Amino acid sequence: MIRDIQSFKGDLLALGSQNLQLSFGAIGQGMRKLVPGFKHRLALTMALFIGIFAAAQHANAQLIIDVTISAGRQIPIAIAPFANELNAPQNITPVIINNLTRTGLFRMVNTGGLTQTPSEPSQVNFVDWSSRSAEALVIGSINPAADGKFEVRFRLFDVAKQNQITSVAYTVSASQLRATAHKISDEIYEKLIGEKGVFSTKIAYVLKRGSRFELQVADADGFNPQTVLASQEPIRSPKWSPDGNKIAYVSFESRKSTVIVQDLLTGQRKTIANFRGDNYAPNWAPDGRRLVVALSKDAVSQIYVISADGGDAIRITQSNSIDTNATFTADGSNIIFVSDRSGGPQLYKVPASGGTPTRMTFEGNYNVNPRVSSDGKLIAFVNRDASSRLRIATLELASNQMTILTEGPLDDSPSFSPNGRTILYESKSGGRGALGSVSVDGRVKSKLTSAAGDVREPAWGPYGSSPGSLTK
Amino acid sequence: MKKILIGFGLALVLAACASKDGGKDVKVDSKPVVPETSTSATPTTSGLGSTNVNGKTDPLKDPNNILSKRIIYFEYNQDTVKSEFTDVIQAHAKYLNDNRGRKIRLEGHADERGSREYNMALGQRRGEAVRRALTTLGVSADRIETVSFGEDKPRATGHDEAAWAQNRRVEVVYDGE
Repeated sequence: MIRDIQSFKGDLLALGSQNLQLSFGAIGQGMRKLVPGFKHRLALTMALFIGIFAAAQHANAQLIIDVTISAGRQIPIAIAPFANELNAPQNITPVIINNLTRTGLFRMVNTGGLTQTPSEPSQVNFVDWSSRSAEALVIGSINPAADGKFEVRFRLFDVAKQNQITSVAYTVSASQLRATAHKISDEIYEKLIGEKGVFSTKIAYVLKRGSRFELQVADADGFNPQTVLASQEPIRSPKWSPDGNKIAYVSFESRKSTVIVQDLLTGQRKTIANFRGDNYAPNWAPDGRRLVVALSKDAVSQIYVISADGGDAIRITQSNSIDTNATFTADGSNIIFVSDRSGGPQLYKVPASGGTPTRMTFEGNYNVNPRVSSDGKLIAFVNRDASSRLRIATLELASNQMTILTEGPLDDSPSFSPNGRTILYESKSGGRGALGSVSVDGRVKSKLTSAAGDVREPAWGPYGSSPGSLTK
Repeated sequence: MKKILIGFGLALVLAACASKDGGKDVKVDSKPVVPETSTSATPTTSGLGSTNVNGKTDPLKDPNNILSKRIIYFEYNQDTVKSEFTDVIQAHAKYLNDNRGRKIRLEGHADERGSREYNMALGQRRGEAVRRALTTLGVSADRIETVSFGEDKPRATGHDEAAWAQNRRVEVVYDGE
């Protein structure tokens, strides 16, 4: 196993990174007792520091990822270095290895020491791979094609059954090679795990550099960060439209909060809520035509629904309390929001057309910032405990079971991955903003930091959130 | 006699502004606002309005004038206006009542120890508490806009109680400032 990791390190080093770190962390005694067969899996439990500064112009803004995986069922997979990869402007296999490793669902099998690295089916010796305990094998190649493009081929095999699961060929430009590595990762993930991968999706977050706020959009693995808005005043609460082409956010550029919708393809911005008082906490309806917002124009914060084009706001809640942090349920029929009508802030649910709210959370006296998973089964939110720790929690709607997923002390702004498996959140420590991610089963955790400043308020984009030409 | 009434009015408003957070209500300072205090703390009440227009110094900017005091600080997780700020609020109410053309903005802030988005609400509650105090003293509500910045505009950038205490606040901003 240690050899596997060394070969993994070698793959990463092939990227030519000067900033790569890789280290192994041992798991605590308590965990050893909890996890049966732990000794065999000690090496699986690793803290993996992957710091890759690929594009020089983005070096300062790159997110650095640190993954912690607790032991559990992992599919042993061998990913053979793609033929001719070193002659291509972008390596493919290290990106696939990073992607699959970060999920915690795969164990990389050593691909070193082969007399011939297979890139065609005829070159695959299944007995070899079986003796290395691989259950799945990926082979591929990158070859020059017409018009300066590249043909990327890959094949995925079931080693035990000795048959091919899938094969895909892509003809792409050099600038699309990294995106192609994500597509291949998605293919492998979907075939072996049985659900859609999220490697080709985007994340948005706010980066605070000194006194400057930037709204950035990056690949799900933190690469290719692009600044879509910069301001000396705070930017807050970025939220993707369901089609992934727009982001709603709160801007303080007019020295008070207003809600703005920005088109990522055209760069066009539209202020949709600029009423007297505060205009904040936007969230899209599943239809992409309306948003729910918190406004203080008529009273203290109340919940309103407003068109994505602006116009009149329809009041949903009628209280003398603070009602805020609203989000639509997955089917759009209800709105979940935060209210302090019973004392501390708690989650409530109200029909999207208005009505009498019902309380949803009863544990603790501070539950805020709800988000609903795409399948509608789980709510992620922020719980503050008696010692003022802010932690990410989930509420399973069917069972009403509340689960605390993180340790705090300042975890905030949860956002589900589109496949509902992972929650991305803001994790502040020592006054410094970073992003954390945790699988909904709590088993896989990672942290993303930026050398450029504080990263905060992440929002995971939907499937297909990959606008080709982001405007500056 | 008028001042006595003002003092009592403010005390009632402050009592009504007790925090609703988490059942940890901290009682408003029960010390009544006595007329003597209110009189002595607003030494320049007479003629405040007239000096503004043609006087040599703008009372809002005169460091010796209580009107230059623009920040009301709050306890952790609270939106109760503490009695030590009664004089400041009374002075601004008096100024606004004497200068009907002026409008103000109350900018509420929170420290970093809370959910970022919910801290907007806490800043709002604090602004709202000061607004209620001013309206009870006769300032019409349409001359006051209450806005919140949550935790994103700290006065102090540290991460300890000394910094947090400076960041839990409402700032009084006059139109044109």
